[in-house]
Amino acid sequence: MVATIINPENLVYARPKGFTDTPSHYCPGCTHGTAHRLVAEVLEEMNVLDKAIGVAPVGCAVFAYNYIDTDFVQAAHGRAPAMATGIKRVWPDRVVFSYQGDGDLASIGMAETVHAAARGENITIIFINNAIYGMTGGQMAPTTLPGMKTTSSPNGRDVETQGYPIRMAELLATLDGAGYIVRRSLHDPANIRKAKKAIRTAFEAQVHGLGFSLVELLSTCNTGWGVTPIQSLAWLEEHMIPAFPLGDYKIAPEVAALKI
Amino acid sequence: MAREMWKGNEAIAEAAVRAGVEAYFGYPITPQNEVLEYLSHRMPELGRAFVQAESEPAAINMVYGAACTGARVMTSSSSPGISLMQEGLSYIAGTEVPMVLVNVMRGGPGLGNIAPSQGDYNQICKGGGHGDYHPIVLAPASIQEAVDLMPVAFELAHKYLNICTILIDGSIGQMMEPVTLPEMQPVIRKEYDWAVSGAKGRKRHLLSSIYLDVPTEEKVNLRILGRWREARENEIRFKEYYLDDAEYIIIGFGTAGRIALSAVRAARAQGIKVGLFRPISVNPFPYKRVEELCKQAQSFLVVEMNTGQMLKDVQVAVRNRVPVRFYGRLGGVMPFPDEFVTEIQEMIKNPGKPEDDPADLWYQRMIAR
Ligand SMILES: Cc1ncc(C[n+]2csc(CCOP(=O)(O)OP(=O)(O)O)c2C)c(N)n1
Ligand code: SF4
Ligand SMILES: [Mg+2]
Repeated sequence: MVATIINPENLVYARPKGFTDTPSHYCPGCTHGTAHRLVAEVLEEMNVLDKAIGVAPVGCAVFAYNYIDTDFVQAAHGRAPAMATGIKRVWPDRVVFSYQGDGDLASIGMAETVHAAARGENITIIFINNAIYGMTGGQMAPTTLPGMKTTSSPNGRDVETQGYPIRMAELLATLDGAGYIVRRSLHDPANIRKAKKAIRTAFEAQVHGLGFSLVELLSTCNTGWGVTPIQSLAWLEEHMIPAFPLGDYKIAPEVAALKI
Repeated sequence: MAREMWKGNEAIAEAAVRAGVEAYFGYPITPQNEVLEYLSHRMPELGRAFVQAESEPAAINMVYGAACTGARVMTSSSSPGISLMQEGLSYIAGTEVPMVLVNVMRGGPGLGNIAPSQGDYNQICKGGGHGDYHPIVLAPASIQEAVDLMPVAFELAHKYLNICTILIDGSIGQMMEPVTLPEMQPVIRKEYDWAVSGAKGRKRHLLSSIYLDVPTEEKVNLRILGRWREARENEIRFKEYYLDDAEYIIIGFGTAGRIALSAVRAARAQGIKVGLFRPISVNPFPYKRVEELCKQAQSFLVVEMNTGQMLKDVQVAVRNRVPVRFYGRLGGVMPFPDEFVTEIQEMIKNPGKPEDDPADLWYQRMIAR
């Protein structure tokens, strides 16, 4: 008798309007779902669901449009910022965002990402850094930590031959076109709330025409990492945060003045 | 309207503007640069979108995004850049959204050179990117024809939800000719029931080229094929010169076809009954018309600035009914009309047999030179 125990006065948590009722295809415990929800909540709260156009990546979030209930297109691997640029230039008053993984954004799509930021392209990117290629089965990503085992660095990432992880937020913050670049984490409720506020700020920056905005979200891939969901949250906190410090890397004065 | 001297690339850019192009994305590459340079001031002046992208993959994916809005969008490039665009072109074909592509071909393969070539016929006409799709390809032979085909290209792209390519080479892009430009058309942004614009007051629109359910993907492939079959029926374009009494027929597209016209005139002056058939839609290719011409032609001479790529399409139509001869120049070398005249004379002297392999015989002649 579920219907009778959920009443308006005791309802504290419901599906946001910005969500479809499609059941999730993500692995249980994966933080992609958390990030999706935050985007949907923010778009709903800003009342821009009917003005928003999303760009889905190639990666586990390829079906982001099955969940986030706005107009959507689906890009080629890494090209989402270019596609978002094309849409935004035709529809400057719409809210255009992409949602991308680390392989998509920081490896194959590095050029598209950096140049969208350099142009100050007025779009918002939600960047899911889970230190791995989730979709293709757990290969090394440009964000994989030194020593971290993946299916293509089975003995742990050897920096001598496989190089070092890329810190995207820091890198993008050096560009003048970037209006808002921050890194947050999804490993516990307090951090999830901070992440949501950052996503809100990023979209507000876009709505106010303040340039390129990106929120990097440290995320888990319990399946790819080969751990349980709970272990993955602890692993993120213990290993990823030291390598990818949380913080505000670029907040243009105009964005700070929005006081969100 | 006044006839004015225009450089090919700039005339094409202005013709696109007058045909209502709303967004252009490109990357510098010779011999196409003037399209990008011209639009870099012309588009902003009209409040339309222009971005010099960081690469061809970025440019074509900006086009992809803009095409998803239903606006008239285009890019231009030259051979190496077009190769880099194949990923985006395949996605655009798979998503069934319209765009116009201008390819100003240059010598290749590889970095090649910046001289005029027709070496990308197969890449452009037969798909280029992965998957089953058929772009519409128009091959003008003069700046005027290119200008006149610009609005047609947008109309076809939008009618068939397909890529429409204007296929020219560096000579048409770089030379200057007197042209009459069309009148400025108003920008037409149709309200498509698939385009993304924000789901205000309607159900949301999703545009994607992913269909994990294979029977659905098969249906999509059939839908794409269905539209292509319609284009094949309705969009055949070609020009014929001196064919009424012609006993010998040259077939060439674009610049090779244009040079062939000079050769036909020179041969006619010598009393040779030769005519020219110049396909304009090289995809869809005018197979039926070439087949009809077999009744009249004693033999065909196919001329191209490649190793015989369109030749294969001609052979599909001729099906060994009459002999076909081939003559090509490669790597950016432009043939002179005299070379074609000599080929015509040789062909009459020694017509060969219908089952001869024209590309092989041409190769033997080339290496013996
Ligand atoms: C051009 C191209 N190369 C490779 C692939 C295969 N591929 C699909 S997803 C993916 C990596 C995705 O990893 P990431 O962006 O980190 O997303 P995640 O799945 O971890 O969320 C790759 C390499 C592809 N689809 N297209
Ligand atoms: S593979 Fe990793 S990133 Fe992908 S859904 Fe599963 S847990 Fe999430
Ligand atoms: Mg990843």
